[in-house]
Amino acid sequence: MYQLLKQILVTGIKTEAPPVADDALRVTTQRLEQAMLKTLGRALVIRHIDAGSCNGCELEIHALGNPYYNLEALGIRFAASPRHADLLLVTGPVASNMVVALQRAYEATPAPKLVVAVGDCGCNTGNCAGNSGGIFGESYASRGKVANVIPVDVAVPGCPPTPLALMQGILTAISGK
Amino acid sequence: MRFLDQNLEFTRLPGALESFHANADETQLSAFAAAVKQTGGRFVALWGSDERKRNSNAGGYAVHVAFGIAEGLALVTLPMHAENPEYPDLSEIFPAANRLQRTCFDLLGIRARGGDQRPWLRHANWPADYFPLRRDVDGARQFEAHNEDYAFVRVEGDGVHEIPVGPIHAGIIEPGHFRFSIVGEKVLRLEQRLGWTHKGIEKRFEQLPLAEAHKLAGRVSGDSTVAFAWAYCLAAESLAACTPPPRALWLRALLLERERVANHLGDLGALGNDAALSFGLAQFLRLKEDWLRLSGELFGHRFMMDAIVPGGVARDLPGGASEKIARQCNAIEREVRILKNIYDEHAGLQDRFLTTGRLNPALASALSISGLAGRASSQAWDLRTQFPITPYDQLDVRIATHRNGDVAARVTLRFEEVFESLRLTRIILTQLLENKSTEYFAPLPAAPDGAFGLGWIEGWRGDVLVALEAGPAGSIRRCHCHDSSTRTWPALEHAVMGNIVPDFPLINKSFNLSYSGQDL
Ligand code: SF4
Repeated sequence: MYQLLKQILVTGIKTEAPPVADDALRVTTQRLEQAMLKTLGRALVIRHIDAGSCNGCELEIHALGNPYYNLEALGIRFAASPRHADLLLVTGPVASNMVVALQRAYEATPAPKLVVAVGDCGCNTGNCAGNSGGIFGESYASRGKVANVIPVDVAVPGCPPTPLALMQGILTAISGK
Repeated sequence: MRFLDQNLEFTRLPGALESFHANADETQLSAFAAAVKQTGGRFVALWGSDERKRNSNAGGYAVHVAFGIAEGLALVTLPMHAENPEYPDLSEIFPAANRLQRTCFDLLGIRARGGDQRPWLRHANWPADYFPLRRDVDGARQFEAHNEDYAFVRVEGDGVHEIPVGPIHAGIIEPGHFRFSIVGEKVLRLEQRLGWTHKGIEKRFEQLPLAEAHKLAGRVSGDSTVAFAWAYCLAAESLAACTPPPRALWLRALLLERERVANHLGDLGALGNDAALSFGLAQFLRLKEDWLRLSGELFGHRFMMDAIVPGGVARDLPGGASEKIARQCNAIEREVRILKNIYDEHAGLQDRFLTTGRLNPALASALSISGLAGRASSQAWDLRTQFPITPYDQLDVRIATHRNGDVAARVTLRFEEVFESLRLTRIILTQLLENKSTEYFAPLPAAPDGAFGLGWIEGWRGDVLVALEAGPAGSIRRCHCHDSSTRTWPALEHAVMGNIVPDFPLINKSFNLSYSGQDL
């Protein structure tokens, strides 16, 4: 126990300043009203959905919880069910096998709901030659970008996007214009 | 040359890897598989290919089976007729062949005679007679998506009920479906339904130039991007007769060990967290972040994606890198030793870890388990020492093994492998300093149409295999990627039996298998 407490003290607080919202990441204009955004901004609940990623994007979403980015300190946390979520964070090209599950999760999320598409696969930007579905493209097995299957508010490019880029995307989704 | 007293003539495949190839008929293939089993060898992978239209008089399909034997990797190919392509069921000898045989049918329409015939990668989203890997299918067509009615095995009995979980899970993880049959809290049976992230990677390879598809290989499983990129490049270099400069190979080893450390740090934190010690998660994720940041600074990418390219590496270390890496190794080692002490002495943690999720050595062997999960269950397989390619032939890797096969063993193994990788990193740095050459890349010569190469690399989770065949004019005719997760997933079904449902996340995490790597 002594060692554990000592380690906590020695480590200190590592959390860094969060990035600011960036309107360039928007796919659609902000649909939510200011009052709503103010509430969400203080207690946003996210449901992550891997719709077919290579798991690289998941590594960076995990990093959001580390002491440097400390997403929870901003009042943003991850929930286990889409029914508890305000925002869906969707990675990957949408695999054909995940289409039904993704649509159901979207339907299960209470309105007003926000969707952030994550990574070059999930949006068609970035260095993957503007391909919907990123390097995996569209095929019998891949529906390409997330917006092909459910409406998307904000898209965060990168392969994978850095934790800062992800934070920026999430904060953009809940920022007013 | 012949192996295991079998009537099969192998030829050495070109390249750095000790790999051999033979064509066989059905009897020879079955006999060889049985001999491998009997002599303590292992099953590595199975995949199929469409051999039609290669030239006018030959045709049909082929199934390829890779075995690990004392001499190296032995690949056996069984050609089949175009009409009614069938091959003998190997899952009776090696249960690990089961899902791969089903995959083979889903993608190519070639069938194992016997064994489990349920679809595996095909859910209800493309028709049963649509075989995307056939040459006369372009793979572009999209079909309406449906919910699948899969024939799970039912457990009957008093008080037995089912818990279906997934495909979308409660945490930040990849999708898969787990069907638990339980009594009270106890798991009687777990059946997995995977394939949700199947995104047509193997078909996609056939549309990419051979010299660029290392990027796709590096995204088969993002957490193993270095291992897969190296395996792909090794295969490409083998078939194109290219030898990367020594400096490139040392740099690749540096990347591979960095990938191992990064993943182990993350897993050690998550394992503490799953046993209710969130302190562990915060501490290890902090160390992992430090590690990733330095990787990003030195290699241009936090996970080192696209750092390995055919012919070498994308860039050399910037000035001052060695000192930074050495300093970081010391800092991480010091902290991980402190954290190991805390983990070791934490009664609550050890209580959750010990005897939980046991995979006994006999079962691990029967199921062809390798890699980290294998080494925690007495399977002393590690390509870095068994079939070391340069520079591992000069590194003398000390592999760790354990016999208990429980969560505790897989945790301890990760600690030991972190320390070993740090030791190796220091040696690699010395070699890089002594190696005055600045060459880190050799251009990949054009590959002859039909040339074939294999790459087999020990990633952090286990071995990854890439089988690559060149097509005309710098194209790819066929590329198959295999992650050891594919073989290890079924072992998880066994390891959870008799445990309580709330321990499943912990047991699952202790294996930390790739979904994407098995779904392709
Ligand atoms: S964007 Fe990159 S890291 Fe993310 S899922 Fe796609 S390939 Fe993987």
